[in-house]
Amino acid sequence: MRPVPAHLKVLALVGFMLVVVATPREWFAAYAAFLAVLVTVGAVGRVRPGWVLKRMVVEVPFVVFAVLMPFIAQGPRVEVLGLSLSESGLLSAWGLLAKGTIGVIAGLLLAATTTPQELVRGLERLRLPQQLVQIMAFMVRYLEVVTDEMRRMAVARASRGFVARNPLHWPVLARSVGALFIRSFERGERVHLAMVSRGYTGRMPR
Amino acid sequence: MHVPDGFLDAPTSIATGAVAVVAVGVALRGARRELDDKTAPLAGLVAAFVFATQMLNFPVGAGTSGHLMGGALAAVLVGPWTGVLCVSVVLIVQSLLFADGGITALGTNILLMAVTTVVVGWFVTRVLMKVLPKRVGTVAPAAAVGAFVSVPAAAAVFTALYFVGGTADISLATLTTAMLGWHTVIGLGEGAITFLAVGAILAVRPDLVYAARSVIAERDLVIKPKEAAA
Repeated sequence: MRPVPAHLKVLALVGFMLVVVATPREWFAAYAAFLAVLVTVGAVGRVRPGWVLKRMVVEVPFVVFAVLMPFIAQGPRVEVLGLSLSESGLLSAWGLLAKGTIGVIAGLLLAATTTPQELVRGLERLRLPQQLVQIMAFMVRYLEVVTDEMRRMAVARASRGFVARNPLHWPVLARSVGALFIRSFERGERVHLAMVSRGYTGRMPR
Repeated sequence: MHVPDGFLDAPTSIATGAVAVVAVGVALRGARRELDDKTAPLAGLVAAFVFATQMLNFPVGAGTSGHLMGGALAAVLVGPWTGVLCVSVVLIVQSLLFADGGITALGTNILLMAVTTVVVGWFVTRVLMKVLPKRVGTVAPAAAVGAFVSVPAAAAVFTALYFVGGTADISLATLTTAMLGWHTVIGLGEGAITFLAVGAILAVRPDLVYAARSVIAERDLVIKPKEAAA
């Protein structure tokens, strides 16, 4: 999957997911086919299944929503294991889980086979506005630096014996947020000045 | 929480996508006025900041914790246009590199979390600052109310979208009550954290808070001649 240009992968992902979202949820066989496509892509791209599974935790919040669905939806009810569940709710829950899960796996396959830099170049090829691409490029470039700065603050807090337990501790955390903003903003100004001194005029050289 | 793929049907997702494209386009034009040629590096760093803040957990008690959404905070700190751009970029990166929020739901997520929270947060903050006395001390409380209102506002937009293109038949009343009720509680947290964070920044670098600029500009430089030594 690495040799495939990033913009084609993004287009493929969008197209594939639009098809998945538009597929009626009663077509159970189609979802098996979608999953088979993803497994094939993952195998060809040599993505480790464990890597994908570990990152699938992002779907937990909407799994909860889907599980609640059969209880709160309207319509005729069926008895399942002694619980009165809504029939259409069960179907909706299945639809949400199937589509959402396929979306998460497909997105993770893109992430696993594309570096952030390739992705930014790919989006540039897709004619995303220059300004937006540049903002994204800077964000991706400094993401590690900024999150690291935050981690250092956390280490500093912890080494002074701070443990956040309840809302009474929020002022301390919020002050860290404030400090992080000031540091990020000032870093942005420094980066900008450094670039201007090297001839930056608002556009990135190719 | 980011909207995943398949939560709203395809036509609604495409429609929200189109609205998001227009909104981001308008924000791109507006942001040039806020930051000029500094836009890219500064907005990029602020986007990284928003992303990092969303990873910081605020404990609520009983083992649960929440995190900041940051739309209203970004609006107050860097202005509404740049705020929309920063949060949109964060959502695009989260969707494509972390599979957080579906790719077909990207427009919906931008509309809810970048456009609605930033615009509502900014609008409420500005209106309050117009009403309240023009002092630096009023910026943080105004921002807090803006942040508080922005969260249920986003939930209300989501409910409306779900009514149009939702994929499950939950009664509108149930969904509205649940979404608004729950997000009012979340909004309280968002407001409190925004209040504390904006307050912390105002104490150190009030010049960096975009919303405070109009207040600071009204302060005149007073030169007090030193008393002549006797």
